Amino acid sequence: MSRTRSTTRLRRVVAALTGLCVATLVAGCTSGDGTSSSTSSSAAAGSSSAPGAAVPSHPSTLTVFAAASLKATFTEIGTIFQNENPGSTVTFNFAGSSDLVTQLTAGAPGDVFASADTNNMTKATNAKLVSGTPVNFATNILTIVTPPGNPAGISGFADLAKPDVSVVVCAPQVPCGAAAASVESNTGVSLIPVSEENSVTDVLGKVTTGQVDAGLVYVTDAVNAADTVTQVDFPEAAAVVNTYPIATLTGGTQPELATKFVDLVFGPEGQQVLAAAGFKPAP
Amino acid sequence: MATAATVPTRRKRAGAGTGSGLPRWVFLPAVVGGVFIVLPLIAMLARVQWSSFLGLITSESSVAALWLSLKTSTASTVLCVLLGTPMALVLARARFPGLRLARSLVLLPLVLPPVVGGIALIYTYGRQGLLGSSLEFLGLRIAFSTTAVVIAQTFVALPFLVLSLEGSLRTAGRRYEAVAATLGANPTTVLRRVTIPLVLPGLLSGAVLAFARALGEFGATLTFAGSLQGTTRTLPLEIYLQRETDPDAAVALSLVLVVVAVLIVLATRGRASEGSL
Repeated sequence: MSRTRSTTRLRRVVAALTGLCVATLVAGCTSGDGTSSSTSSSAAAGSSSAPGAAVPSHPSTLTVFAAASLKATFTEIGTIFQNENPGSTVTFNFAGSSDLVTQLTAGAPGDVFASADTNNMTKATNAKLVSGTPVNFATNILTIVTPPGNPAGISGFADLAKPDVSVVVCAPQVPCGAAAASVESNTGVSLIPVSEENSVTDVLGKVTTGQVDAGLVYVTDAVNAADTVTQVDFPEAAAVVNTYPIATLTGGTQPELATKFVDLVFGPEGQQVLAAAGFKPAP
Repeated sequence: MATAATVPTRRKRAGAGTGSGLPRWVFLPAVVGGVFIVLPLIAMLARVQWSSFLGLITSESSVAALWLSLKTSTASTVLCVLLGTPMALVLARARFPGLRLARSLVLLPLVLPPVVGGIALIYTYGRQGLLGSSLEFLGLRIAFSTTAVVIAQTFVALPFLVLSLEGSLRTAGRRYEAVAATLGANPTTVLRRVTIPLVLPGLLSGAVLAFARALGEFGATLTFAGSLQGTTRTLPLEIYLQRETDPDAAVALSLVLVVVAVLIVLATRGRASEGSL
């Protein structure tokens, strides 16, 4: 009696777990299929229809691989692009720049790549993924963020090294951490962080949940976080500039649209969106 | 007479060659499933740079991460046994309203995305969390400490032990316990001398599963405990970080984790088949 009951229960648990796994798999498959099928159909549309002829029933899909920190701005630029190019659809893949390079190297289909640092763009260029020369389209610098109201009274970079201040930064292996390390060596102030995170998002999360007194993030992240953090700019940040390059990709199926997208990013509309998010123009 | 003779031979033929009594077609999806699991591991093995392997896994940061992982996983396994055994006993033996709800809640971390678990833990033990301010008052700061890693691991691993042990308890039944009680043993003696020895294999396999889950814990740790070498950066976090700059090191460390996992599975497989999971 108890045995059968327990086995039915176990069976139910196993069935539920299997269901979950299958659901995840299916979701993964469909989203994967969705991307690839739309890309291939757009490729077919591009080859069959004459250039300039926008056929709404066969939309051309442009796939843009962009650094996670560009999510808000590029989504907005994507909407502008779709309005200016009727019949085209822009799909984005937002992730850490090094993840994106890994995916592209592994054969992920993309038309445009926008990196959050020159390092990863160089990796992409060396892997022969890039057609032409990458061009810098924006820059970003670090800033201090604190929980709202700045309870620990942080007023500058040197305050972060005070023993009773808990600070969180990016690990030196990732671009934001490398920038933080440069500021440290420039100023001679060495931080003892309570945690070295993998991404700016993780740093921001620790600050917005009030786990730490301060964190080092990019200005754009602070702008994006709005009033969930208090931003404390420090002059030493200006010396460590992070540059964002963009390039069209050799494996792309929409070279014309890709060039148009890059032009839009460099154009007044694109630059205005970037500036509003806290990006500075590239020199 | 003739029919009586043919029936057994036909039955024999149905399971012929396999000895399992299963229809043959079952084996095809079973093998596909097996390949599905094993193939990625082989692909990873093929990527290991053997010439630099030893150097990569013995680097200072790797050793620190491995050591931290073993320490914290052991601590969380002990916690899981101490907390999970009574939980499994109550779930398997006690009868009270809301038992089914209690069981569902206990199993929640099993199906919860670890990141969600991490966020929940922040709002519980974090600086501005439910218990955080009281803990801070007592001078205890959990966030960003090794304790936070152990808490995150215990949170996600506990259901594995409870589920495994509860299954064993139900399979074992209450017959021996009832006999011991009629012979005059008090409940504690019955638990100590009859119940626990009876389900020891289930307890062991549950503990090993919990250890394995704790060892692989990533999302909750990253969200709740942070990532600092020697303090909170366990092996999975180290692998994730190494991947940014040194994919070879990430692969080498992944292999270490796979080897540990395989050893764990091999160590428990015999016992686990007796138990329930």
